[in-house]
Amino acid sequence: MRTSFDEMYATDTQPRRHYETYARWLQAQALEDMRTCRAEAEVIFRRVGITFAVYGDKDAGEGTERLIPFDLIPRVIPAHEWREMEAGLRQRVTALNRFIHDIYHEQEILKAGLIPAEQILRNAQFRPEMMGVDVPNNIYSHIAGVDIVRAGNADGSGSYYVLEDNLRVPSGVSYMLEDRKMMMRLFPDLFSQHRIAPVAHYPDLLLETLRSVSPKGINEPTAVVLTPGMYNSAYFEHAFLAQQMGVELVEGQDLFVKDRIVYMRTTCGPRRVDVIYRRLDDDFLDPLVFRKDSTLGCAGLVDAYKAGNVTLANAIGTGIADDKSIYPFVPKMIEFYLGEKPILNNVPTYQCRNPDELAYVLAHLAELVVKEVHGAGGYGMLVGPAATAQEVEDFRAHLLAHPANYIAQPTLSLSTCPTYVESGIAPRHIDLRPFVLSGTEVQMVPGGLTRVALKEGSLVVNSSQGGGTKDTWVLEGGA
Amino acid sequence: MLSRTADHLFWLSRYMERAENTARLLDVNYQTSLLPQSHSTAEQGWRSLLSISELSGHYGTLHDQVDAKRVTDYIVRDERNPSSIVSCLRAARENARAVRGALTTEVWETTNQTWLEFKRLLADGLLARDPSAVFEWVKFRSHLSRGVMVGTMYQDEAFDFIRIGSFLERADNTARLLDVKFHAMDHEFHGDADARDSARDFYHWSSVLRSVSGFEVYRKVYSNVIKPEKVAELLILRTQMPRSLAHCTERLLSNLRRVANDQSGETLRQAGRLNAELEFGRIDEILATGLHAFLTQFLERVGNLGDGISRDFLMPTESREPRMN
Repeated sequence: MRTSFDEMYATDTQPRRHYETYARWLQAQALEDMRTCRAEAEVIFRRVGITFAVYGDKDAGEGTERLIPFDLIPRVIPAHEWREMEAGLRQRVTALNRFIHDIYHEQEILKAGLIPAEQILRNAQFRPEMMGVDVPNNIYSHIAGVDIVRAGNADGSGSYYVLEDNLRVPSGVSYMLEDRKMMMRLFPDLFSQHRIAPVAHYPDLLLETLRSVSPKGINEPTAVVLTPGMYNSAYFEHAFLAQQMGVELVEGQDLFVKDRIVYMRTTCGPRRVDVIYRRLDDDFLDPLVFRKDSTLGCAGLVDAYKAGNVTLANAIGTGIADDKSIYPFVPKMIEFYLGEKPILNNVPTYQCRNPDELAYVLAHLAELVVKEVHGAGGYGMLVGPAATAQEVEDFRAHLLAHPANYIAQPTLSLSTCPTYVESGIAPRHIDLRPFVLSGTEVQMVPGGLTRVALKEGSLVVNSSQGGGTKDTWVLEGGA
Repeated sequence: MLSRTADHLFWLSRYMERAENTARLLDVNYQTSLLPQSHSTAEQGWRSLLSISELSGHYGTLHDQVDAKRVTDYIVRDERNPSSIVSCLRAARENARAVRGALTTEVWETTNQTWLEFKRLLADGLLARDPSAVFEWVKFRSHLSRGVMVGTMYQDEAFDFIRIGSFLERADNTARLLDVKFHAMDHEFHGDADARDSARDFYHWSSVLRSVSGFEVYRKVYSNVIKPEKVAELLILRTQMPRSLAHCTERLLSNLRRVANDQSGETLRQAGRLNAELEFGRIDEILATGLHAFLTQFLERVGNLGDGISRDFLMPTESREPRMN
């Protein structure tokens, strides 16, 4: 797992089969033309207002809205790889939903001794409020974003690994859609030369999913998207999805609960809301139940939810299944609930809560990636090989103070993809986030969002840390 | 639709309209300032510009002199002035951003691009080089914004609230313009003007007309020399004149009818009554009772309509009984 794997090139000069047509095309392009296209893409993104707010910059005027860098060179996935990945995702997300249902009901998996009970019941992400609450179709994570990387093997091949399951409010799907639109606008000829699986129907699938999980007895459900507001980093996406689905984009202040029913305030008086695609963390949903200082949610929402009068997507309490301390158990869940062998690999993971594993981690800090189990956005982590000796020592102190808060994994050699940088085209590390929708059935569009670490050698692809995005092509037929 | 969405749409169009009207006023004042005139007359022109928008007080806290450069900067690019063009375009864009899902892609992109380009244009120093080009540009962007709304939006409530915002703001702005411009000439309005004064009259009233794109219209409608009472009639009572008070109240009423709900009856009644007074009013009666008094009352009634609209549609309370639909 140490050799770097390039998505486009098998050797320095030989493109992989599924990249042959593209590589030939790319070589025929003048650098100057591509530069013009990049500039054009940036102008369009800015005009369209596809921007991303950066936390901590709220009052810095227009500086709060940045473009996520968009790279012109697509990430291409051959059909057979996608078929297997899709089956693996379907399997994994199904098992995770079964797991969450189990945890909030019978807790069979704990009784079977597969996961230590205290690791669930004392987890900050466990929501006792959800015990015994039934949700439509027993689906909890209706929208899941599963982060997948490919790592090079010693023999030069590559293997996909799931890095983490995002089961709460995964974001980024609007960039997947906008990146595709941009590529089609800039390079229509490429789309006639390749058979690229379309992704534009994602909002349709999402709406279908949301409607399929409405409370019982509602024939024409009213769905809404709940946003924390225009200063949230993903506001563009919230507005985009609401518009694409043709549903209202609401803020907490637009909602109120009366007799355990949720209404929105409209110009024609109150109107009942049946399904809420909430882009708001559990903590902010309802000041009567969670954070009392939250002005983003709606008082009484959880009560209406528990009464079965409104569906929240995703459900409350899904964090118990995507917590980094629970991640190592996902392969076991798949076997336990589905009786199947996992199709997708987990990255080998050391749980620092276990003394022998902690000892190993401490002895190999400089080689490992250590992550805070509740961290998100790439802030609370140590990338051993990239850190200075001082940083490693500082982190060691944190780790020793709260070992249960950390897990460690071998530093995967993430695959690279050629990417435009200042000096021309150079390989940069990438990952992939497919979006898996679960309603009455599990559906997804081919591919997902490819994120790219623009800094040379960097493994952190998060947009909050300067990552960019690429269009992701799943090639149909052949390949 | 969501009350909050309606509120943002209402203010989006109000701010866009205000930016346009401000640019119109500035342009006329700028053109007038190119005519031979005394220093004090010129200064009076800039002062009246500030008083139209009730900004004299705020301006006074920032500047101790009134001149073309200072006033223009203050009204165009000073973000401390909440009614400056830059503030209006920013507010329009922020309101649009808050409800971009309720707008067509074209409306959002036009609004966003207006804001982005306006900042660039200011940074390039165009205002100092060619102020008229800036005013023209703002008017043009407002035309574009209106056109893109009319040409691309589904004509449902969202569209109605946008129109309500535009006409309410325009009614207010035209009334203020008339009040200040008539007030400036008040002392000689009913007197006998000598030859020099009638020339001055011509430039004064023609500039008022030009500020509302009404100069050619006036000639066409009246085929006559420019007379103040006819200018007043055109801008107050002629419904065919798109920036007249009567036109604004007529449109306001028809849009309000379309969005009417179970608690907006009183607001609708007030709008209807105001419109009827203009529809069936006569300019000699209005002038006999005093134009200033008439306009002051008109502004107050437009303000009340705005409050009513807010109360009935934009910020409803929970006390109303939930209705299933």
